Amino acid sequence: MSNAFISVQGLTRRFADTTGLGELTVFEDLWFNVEESEFACIIGHSGCGKSTILNILAGLDTPTEGHIIAGGKHVLGPSLDRAVIFQGHALMPWLSALGNVELAVSSRHPDWSRAQIREHAIKYLTLVHLDGSEHKKPSQLSGGMKQRVGIARALAIEPRVLLMDEPFSALDALTRSSLQDEVIAIRKATRQTVFMITHDVDEALLLADRILLMTNGPKASIAEIVENTLSKNRTRAELHRLPNYYPLRNHLIEFLVTRSREIAIANEPRTAERRSPPIVRPAAVFAPHTSTASVSEPVGQTSATRLSSSRVSAA
Amino acid sequence: MTQKSLGLRAGLVSLALFTLIVGIWHIATASTGTVVKMDPEYARLIGTAAIQGKSAMPAPAEVGAKILQHLQDPFYDKGTNDKGIGIQLAYSIARVGLGYLLAVAIAIPIGFLIGMSPLMSRALDPFIQVMKPISPLAWMPLALYTIKDSGISAVFVIFICSLWPMLINTGFGVASVRRDWLNVAKTLEMSPGRTALRVILPAAAPTILTGMRISIGIAWLVIVAAEMLVGGTGIGYFVWNEWNNLSITNVITAILFIGVVGMLLDQLMAKLQRLVAYAD
Repeated sequence: MSNAFISVQGLTRRFADTTGLGELTVFEDLWFNVEESEFACIIGHSGCGKSTILNILAGLDTPTEGHIIAGGKHVLGPSLDRAVIFQGHALMPWLSALGNVELAVSSRHPDWSRAQIREHAIKYLTLVHLDGSEHKKPSQLSGGMKQRVGIARALAIEPRVLLMDEPFSALDALTRSSLQDEVIAIRKATRQTVFMITHDVDEALLLADRILLMTNGPKASIAEIVENTLSKNRTRAELHRLPNYYPLRNHLIEFLVTRSREIAIANEPRTAERRSPPIVRPAAVFAPHTSTASVSEPVGQTSATRLSSSRVSAA
Repeated sequence: MTQKSLGLRAGLVSLALFTLIVGIWHIATASTGTVVKMDPEYARLIGTAAIQGKSAMPAPAEVGAKILQHLQDPFYDKGTNDKGIGIQLAYSIARVGLGYLLAVAIAIPIGFLIGMSPLMSRALDPFIQVMKPISPLAWMPLALYTIKDSGISAVFVIFICSLWPMLINTGFGVASVRRDWLNVAKTLEMSPGRTALRVILPAAAPTILTGMRISIGIAWLVIVAAEMLVGGTGIGYFVWNEWNNLSITNVITAILFIGVVGMLLDQLMAKLQRLVAYAD
């Protein structure tokens, strides 16, 4: 906890509901950490407030309760230390790819000369393999290329953490996988700390070191934290052949399909369990490739959680 | 068919229509010969129109000759009531330019304020709603009384009529800048001033330019009427003066020049609009 780069403490967000009379609690009493150089990923259904968490982390939204410490500082607003890759790329359409990155670089380094800014921007456009297209306007770029510019823009300010809000969800499968490979390569090179939101179980397993599972909203919470036990050097091609792949994948899917709803009912806020969500490492025990054989090593109180949740749903 | 041949065909149709209109005009205003026999002394007094069946409306050839004459010497100045059409147009353009630029200087900052602050938007809305439908000429007596200078009053009238479309469009353009772009500016820790200049202004520029284009059109419409009222100089005054001289030829000539200048002003704004447009 002490060496965590991001520490989320008791985060709660409520919105005025549609009638304007009551309040809608999107999520409540969230506690989790992101370590330096870690790739953490949050997974959950629509409406559980994933994007809201990311917006609060980015400083674009403020929590109703609780707070976030990032890099030893209380998060009170946006910062160049926390770069965001937006779902809809959010490039300025009147600027070229280079212009978009330059705008970010000149915000980070207001004292740099134009040549310095340009050189730095081109370096990052080259990193995402966009050299040659730097003078094109976003409207002339494909969806994948636009998101590459978004990545270059975020990386060019050399943030301490990269926040990604379903960055590849609007892309087709082939483009998505090439961008995921890009992210893997960049992570290998820079050890960039990343916090990502996704819907995609395979994307989470390929990219993330730890996967935070969120229960359904309203009043969503973090049900458990799954540690990715797959090899650090995993690649897309061999991902499904790794021994722990199916237990992990089944665990995540089972969570999304059934448990995310059950735990949402059972999980009480302001309990000790909320402060340190159970950590699980789904692994193959007897026969791999079957979901029933996967067990969760009870690092936290997983079994207790699962018991209580089944009890509540049965009642 | 290629784009080029479409343009060519459209041009040919335009030319045919022009010939047709001028032809009808020519026939309608042609002399029908002597229609009334009368004392030549009396006929001289009431003019050829009465006895030759010719209308006081000039034929296209006469208007054409007049246009050529004006074009050959547009900037002569032979005293108060006899100035070249170029000088008159220049006066009008100068008044429009001055009033319009003043309106730009006021409307764009206030439009930014309205667009960025929901409070100011609500607070200023009743004023805008009441002021906007007032005919700019209704301000004229008030302007003449307070400013006591007819030329500056005309400029004021242009200012007031150009203000509203620009104000409303700027406010709308600024308010509808995409949230994502503002969020990018925030995460880049851009100052409010830098955000306004580097993000909001280019994002809202097409909408702002649309307002500016509407405004210049209205300003050019209003200047003719305003100058008819204030007199002295300007194309509006020229039209009215030639009406008093019963020179329909000059009136028609002036009308055509007003149309051409209005078109050029609009084209200028269209060019600026293309400059700031972006494909999303």
